[in-house]
Amino acid sequence: MSATNLPVGSFVRIAKPELQTLIDQLRAMGYRTIGPRLSQGAVIYDDVDSVEQLPRGWVDQQDGGFYRLQPQEDGAYFDYVVGPHSLKNFLFPPRETLLQLSREQDQWRLHAPAPPDPPLAVLGARACDLRALWVQDLVFVEVEFVDPAYQARRSNLFVAAVNCRRAAATCFCHSMKTGPAVVSGFDLALTEQDDHFVIETGSERGGEAVAACPWTPCTISEIEAARRAPRELERAMHQRAPRERQDLHKGPPLRSLDVTDLRELLLNNLEHPRWESVAQRCLACANCTMVCPTCFCSTVDEVTDLTGDQVRRERSWASCFTAEHSYMNSGTVRKSVRSRYRQWLTHKLATWIDQFGVSGCVGCGRCITWCPVGIDLTEEIAALRGTMP
Amino acid sequence: MAAKPKLAVFKFASCDGCQLSLLDAEDELLAVADAVEIAYFLEARTRTLEGPYDVGLVEGSITTAHDAERIRRIRDQCQFLVTIGACATSGGIQSLRNWADVNEFISQVYAHPEYIKTLATSTPVADHVIVDFELRGCPINKHQLVELVAALLQGRKPRVPRYSVCIDCKRKHVVCVAVAQGVACLGPVTQAGCGVICPAYHRECFGCFGPKEQPNLASLLGHYANRGADAVQLVRLTRNFNGYAPEFREASDDLETAAALGNTPDAPS
Ligand code: SF4
Ligand code: SF4
Ligand code: SF4
Repeated sequence: MSATNLPVGSFVRIAKPELQTLIDQLRAMGYRTIGPRLSQGAVIYDDVDSVEQLPRGWVDQQDGGFYRLQPQEDGAYFDYVVGPHSLKNFLFPPRETLLQLSREQDQWRLHAPAPPDPPLAVLGARACDLRALWVQDLVFVEVEFVDPAYQARRSNLFVAAVNCRRAAATCFCHSMKTGPAVVSGFDLALTEQDDHFVIETGSERGGEAVAACPWTPCTISEIEAARRAPRELERAMHQRAPRERQDLHKGPPLRSLDVTDLRELLLNNLEHPRWESVAQRCLACANCTMVCPTCFCSTVDEVTDLTGDQVRRERSWASCFTAEHSYMNSGTVRKSVRSRYRQWLTHKLATWIDQFGVSGCVGCGRCITWCPVGIDLTEEIAALRGTMP
Repeated sequence: MAAKPKLAVFKFASCDGCQLSLLDAEDELLAVADAVEIAYFLEARTRTLEGPYDVGLVEGSITTAHDAERIRRIRDQCQFLVTIGACATSGGIQSLRNWADVNEFISQVYAHPEYIKTLATSTPVADHVIVDFELRGCPINKHQLVELVAALLQGRKPRVPRYSVCIDCKRKHVVCVAVAQGVACLGPVTQAGCGVICPAYHRECFGCFGPKEQPNLASLLGHYANRGADAVQLVRLTRNFNGYAPEFREASDDLETAAALGNTPDAPS
């Protein structure tokens, strides 16, 4: 135990109950602490001030249009994978007031938006979540027109990430090379072991937070074991791919995505009959875009009261699956669901690269799980490639 | 605006719930009364003014020959005619009679069936006259109603989206009941606007706001059937407050035809 900060790149070991000390310390440092919690039958992100609130001993079974939690004997804290929420829900909230205006004696007065929220500390983010955060940074911060509200929340964000040692059947981070190992962009990276956590410090404030916990330095073999956990999972994910259609009783098929020349595959197949087939199934409900941690579309409305004297400029999540998304003075441009699904997938996996230099997909599988009819982008790509099993 | 616009509220076959939504808009009601001349609104005031009216809000469906005639007169009197609620926009729950023999209902319900004069069907107002705008819901949402009035006063389009209930579930951080509980939810084919009341209480959406833009019921219901929902349950779910809305009606009719033939409806593949 040490009163001074731990340097960046330290590996320490804390007993599992000491997670509470870490949460307390983050709160003492002025953070609003967010973490995984059980709610409405799922693991979501919400305020966490006690380890008792964490979904200890629960794991998720996921498949296309399917999510169920199951208890697991060993009482691990972090063996569930990703739920319907991501960091996007906090950094780019679903609704936000950008500006308020009021008219007094024919004079418009402008009111500054509310002061920035208290800084956030997130516990339990995964490698794919961190990658998605970076992909959204490229949209909101690393551009000519910076989004000030996002930037304010982002620059103060504290991330205590977790290395996955289990994947859901919908995960394909191994294909997108975004996980499961947490390699950068974290303040702390936790690896859960049977009776302790190994914590790697990734920043100075990470070192400050963990220094408050009763820690012991890791032995070489403990560090190696911690590094091995996500690597072993990654190898297992690769070995189980390419996807094999399994007997349903043995569990859902495991996903992977062949990314070879993916951009060209999509852009050279804009008239492929598969787009019509997916349009038959797609509900244009927009769930996929809402849960996707990188989708960034929004709509801005001027919301008035009856007199028109009070106006709020509100930004809300929007989706390319709605008719209004492509509405211009001549009407809706993408009238068919075929054109909307195609827009979504080609942007996500192909033109995103032209726009931002990276793929818009981090392989988290949320869009597969939370699609009410289980439409699976990995399957659609396999069909376009002509490699459907 | 010079003179205050004259607002009229009319009722047909309905439960009054939608008119109550206007009275229920407590915070905004005085502002509404300030901004418009409430010229005809029997549920709120006994004084009535003669037409013509600038805006007519119509609640209820057309179920009698007298209704069918009265709605035409009302249309003539209103510059802007807005239907409010599931009854007026799709025929309401009472349109269940459209699948049955109305005389049988009458003989079961009334002591003196001979006093009852009714049509065999309950139909939406738009089947009878041209409607300028539809405000959906069973009942309508008071925020949407206030927004409608504000938009009319300010001469702009009301912000009443036609997309799915699911969008609002996700914006409100409500976990999907279809995916996490496996229940058959109509949200993906239903228009937003209710504020996701049912999913927020871990219940499926019953389609109170009627079909969303381009709803794909064949895919959704086929998927629920493949996951074990039975056809009778799905017909009941679809044939509800907005059961007679064309897209919902076709879907429940198709389910019945398929069930009669002994087929399980298949999701398109
Ligand atoms: S497209 Fe799907 S798998 Fe890819 S990042 Fe978005 S939600 Fe995750
Ligand atoms: S792919 Fe699925 S979640 Fe996305 S809009 Fe279509 S039906 Fe909805
Ligand atoms: S609960 Fe129903 S309305 Fe909400 S997202 Fe799920 S399917 Fe859509």
